[in-house]
Amino acid sequence: MRAAVVLFPGSNRETDAARALRQVGGVEPAIVWHDERELPPAVDLVVLPGGFSYGDYLRCGAIAARARIMEAVKAHAGRGGLVLGVCNGFQILCEAGLLPGVLMRNADMRFVCRMQHVRVETTQSAFTRAYRPGQVLKFAIAHGEGNYEADEETITRLEEEGRVAFRYCDAKGRIGGAANPNGSTHDIAGVYSEDFNVLGLMPHPENLIDPLVGGVDGRGLFESLAACELGATPIFPNV
Amino acid sequence: MKARVIVTLKSGVLDPQGKAIEGALSSLGVSGVASVRQGKVFDIEIEAADREKAAAQLSAACEKLLANLIVENYAVEFN
Repeated sequence: MRAAVVLFPGSNRETDAARALRQVGGVEPAIVWHDERELPPAVDLVVLPGGFSYGDYLRCGAIAARARIMEAVKAHAGRGGLVLGVCNGFQILCEAGLLPGVLMRNADMRFVCRMQHVRVETTQSAFTRAYRPGQVLKFAIAHGEGNYEADEETITRLEEEGRVAFRYCDAKGRIGGAANPNGSTHDIAGVYSEDFNVLGLMPHPENLIDPLVGGVDGRGLFESLAACELGATPIFPNV
Repeated sequence: MKARVIVTLKSGVLDPQGKAIEGALSSLGVSGVASVRQGKVFDIEIEAADREKAAAQLSAACEKLLANLIVENYAVEFN
């Protein structure tokens, strides 16, 4: 597995992403500046880290989504390459059109920074194979714009195709009410692309890899990625 | 040529910022405010042969960057 973490002006979780890849996945990622035209050769996984790229100017993720490196990221995704977008990375993927929908301002207007449970909706992906179906995970969230919205047709399609990756829930896996931190449609915390090779999620699995900082529920995601067969097309049909 | 691009949320899209402003206006005693929707205004100086070409360039600007057409509409005005 070869990985690259893209660095935009205003990214601030690139070190966390790199640490998780290194400590859990055994991969030392290349750090790639947004103004590059090419990804390093033979990269399997591209990570768009969290942060506040371009100060969230215009719309969060909007300007980073048009950065030069994103053409290469799109081409990589088009070839079936893995792309993981966390928090601001998720916003960038939506703005770039690599994932459907948009992340709107949290319904209650508050920036939310806390631990949050999410439920694994499918383990049939390169990102979640190390988890159990329906497993409840404790991740960290820290965002002001995580309210996932898309038109009805898109939401129906995501649900039918099993492309909701994670849903906000409480510690017992129950969905709805106060367990939804931002008003997100259908309690969606993360979604997959059509071919399940692109994942965007608001919570930060990369911050839950060490018991010292509150838990290790994020490790499964990086273990799943590290166990990916190199060169294999990470496409999983709906099950 | 000077132009103004106005980007607004599509109807039906939740606008918590507009709602907060609405609440603030009411608490300031401004009466009669039924609802507030917040949008964005871009004042742009653009070089183009004529207004039609400028409008086309600005539409491209909106579709490529200024508006997210999933949730926003845009309008171009010349002054």
